[in-house]
Amino acid sequence: MADIDLTHLCRLAQLALDPAEQRAAQTDLARIIGMVDQMQSVATDDVEPLAHPLGHAARLRRDEVTETVDRERFQALAPEVQDGFYLVPRVVE
Amino acid sequence: MAFTTLADLADGLRSRAFSSRELTQRFLERIAAHDQDLNSFISVAAERALDQADAADRRLARGDAGPLTGVPIAHKDVFCTAGLRTTCGSRMLENFIAPYDATAVARLDAAGAVTLGKTNCDEFAMGSSNENSYFGAVANPWRLERVPGGSSGGSAAAVAAGLTPAATGTDTGGSIRQPAAFCGLTGIKPTYGRVSRYGMVAFASSLDQGGVLARSVADAGLVLALMSGFDPLDSTSSEHRDPWLQALPEGTIGVPERPPVIGLPTQYFADLRHGQSQLDEARRVLEAAGCEFRDVDLPHTGVAIPAYYIIAGAEASTNLSRYDGVRFGHRCADPQSLDDLYRRSRSEGFGAEVKRRILTGTYALSVGYYDAYYLKAQKLRRLIQNDFFTAFDAVDLILAPTTPGTAFARGDLTDDPVAMYQQDIFTTPASLAGLPAMSVPCGFEDGLPLGMQLIGRHFGERALLETGALYQRHSAWHEEVPGGFAP
Repeated sequence: MADIDLTHLCRLAQLALDPAEQRAAQTDLARIIGMVDQMQSVATDDVEPLAHPLGHAARLRRDEVTETVDRERFQALAPEVQDGFYLVPRVVE
Repeated sequence: MAFTTLADLADGLRSRAFSSRELTQRFLERIAAHDQDLNSFISVAAERALDQADAADRRLARGDAGPLTGVPIAHKDVFCTAGLRTTCGSRMLENFIAPYDATAVARLDAAGAVTLGKTNCDEFAMGSSNENSYFGAVANPWRLERVPGGSSGGSAAAVAAGLTPAATGTDTGGSIRQPAAFCGLTGIKPTYGRVSRYGMVAFASSLDQGGVLARSVADAGLVLALMSGFDPLDSTSSEHRDPWLQALPEGTIGVPERPPVIGLPTQYFADLRHGQSQLDEARRVLEAAGCEFRDVDLPHTGVAIPAYYIIAGAEASTNLSRYDGVRFGHRCADPQSLDDLYRRSRSEGFGAEVKRRILTGTYALSVGYYDAYYLKAQKLRRLIQNDFFTAFDAVDLILAPTTPGTAFARGDLTDDPVAMYQQDIFTTPASLAGLPAMSVPCGFEDGLPLGMQLIGRHFGERALLETGALYQRHSAWHEEVPGGFAP
C-alpha cells in the first residue's frame, strides 16, 4: 500500500479538503497509486525518457516585439483590481 | 437537414436552396426542442450565431464563399471564443469570457462556419463519461440513461442527435475517439502538433490535441483540414506541411493509391469481450476492398494506462496551478490570507475528479517519488512509442477496438476512479505516442453503437482518412440515426 501524506500533498497543491473529501481522496489516491505501480513490472534501465511525442526542442521566435500589453482588457477578467493592480490579501504587514 | 453531410449543406447554401440564417435557425430550433433531454450544450449563442449566419449569407451572395461558409458547427467548451463564455465545464470558469479566440476557432470562423454554441464536457476535459461537468451530466442520444463518453461528450451527443452537423473536440487520452464510438460517430484526433493548442485550455500539454466529431469521415476530414496547420502562437505546433490535407476542402477524399496493409495488435484483442464480431466484419469489408491484414505486437500496451495517468496528472497539476483566484476565474469570498485565497478559491472552483488528478500529479512530481513515477512513466512512454514505430515497419495502419464495450450506464463507474480509467485502455497508447487516430462506427451491440479505431503514423492522416472513407463507402453504420431524434 502506497504511503500517501495527503496533508502534505494538499499543501503543495493549494487545496483544502473537508473531512469527507479527505477520506474519499485517501481511498481514491491509494487505489490510483496502487494501479500505477504496475509500471514497476517493466524494466526501463537505459531507456531514454520521452517528454514530447515528436521529440522536438521548443521553437524559438525572432527577438522582436510582437505583442503589446493590454492591461485593461486582461484585467477586465480579474475578480478584484484597483489602479491597474491585482488585489490580494495583505502579505506584508 | 439535421443529418445532412457538411458538403451537401455547403452545396445547398451555394446553390441558394436555403440560406445560412434558415439553416442556423433550424439547428437552433432542434437544440431548443431536444437539448433538455441531453444537456449537450453549456451555452447556446443564438443571437451571435444568427449574426454570423447573416454575414455568411452576404458572403454567399457575393460569391466568395469558402467550403464551410454558412454551415453551423459547435465548439467544445474548452476552446476559447472571444465574447462567448468558455467554462471548461468548471465552476472555476463559470463566468470566464476569453479576450481572444482559439486558433482553431479563428480558422473555422474565417472559413465561414457559424458557431451554434459551446458543448458540455468533463471538467477541464478530465473524464470518460461526461459525468464530471459542473453543468451536469450529458445523456447519450441512443439511450438516455447511458453516458455519451467523455470528455467531449456534449459534442458527441449534439452531433449524434442532429443538433449540430459537426463539433470540435479535444483528445488527451481518448476524449474524441471514445465519445465518437459511444455515440456512433466518426471522431479524429490528429497527430500531436497538427492543430494549434493556442486558446485550447490546457489539461496535459504534451498530450492535448484538438480534433473533430462528425457523422462521416468526409465531414471529419473537411473540418480537420480547415482547423489545422502551423501556428506561431503555439510553441508545440508542428511546421510539417501537408499539401494533401490543405487541398482537401476543395476536393474529396479519394481511394488509397494502394490498399493499405493493416495491423491487428494482438494485445488489444486478447481479452476483448465486446465488439469482436463487429470488428471481424469490418475487417472482411476492408479485405474485400483490397486491404491486407497482419497481426502486430504492441507489447507495452498493458502499462499505457498507468503511464498515461501519471503523465497527464503531472502536467495537469502544473497547468492548473494558474487558477489562483487572482487574475481570472473563481475567487472565494472574503479571503483571510493569500494562502486562504488560493486554497479556498481552488477548492470551491474545482470538482472532485480535477482534485484527484491534481493530487495524483502532485504526488508523482514530489520529492522522493519523481523517479519512481514521473520519470518511469516517461520511459514507458518511449517504449510504447517504439512499439508503434516497430509495428509501422510492417504495416501502414493499425486497426483496433476504440473502447472495451458500448456506452455504460450513468453512475456505473463513478465510485471507482480506477475502473473509470480502464475505459481508456485502447485510446491512451496512441495519445502517448502522439499518433493520429480515428474512431469509425462499425456496428451495434444491443442497440448501442461500437467503434473501430484506426491508428496511423505521425502525420499519416491521409492514410487514416482514405482508409476510413473506403470503409464508409462499403458500410452504412455511420448513417444510422438514434430513433428519438430522427427528423
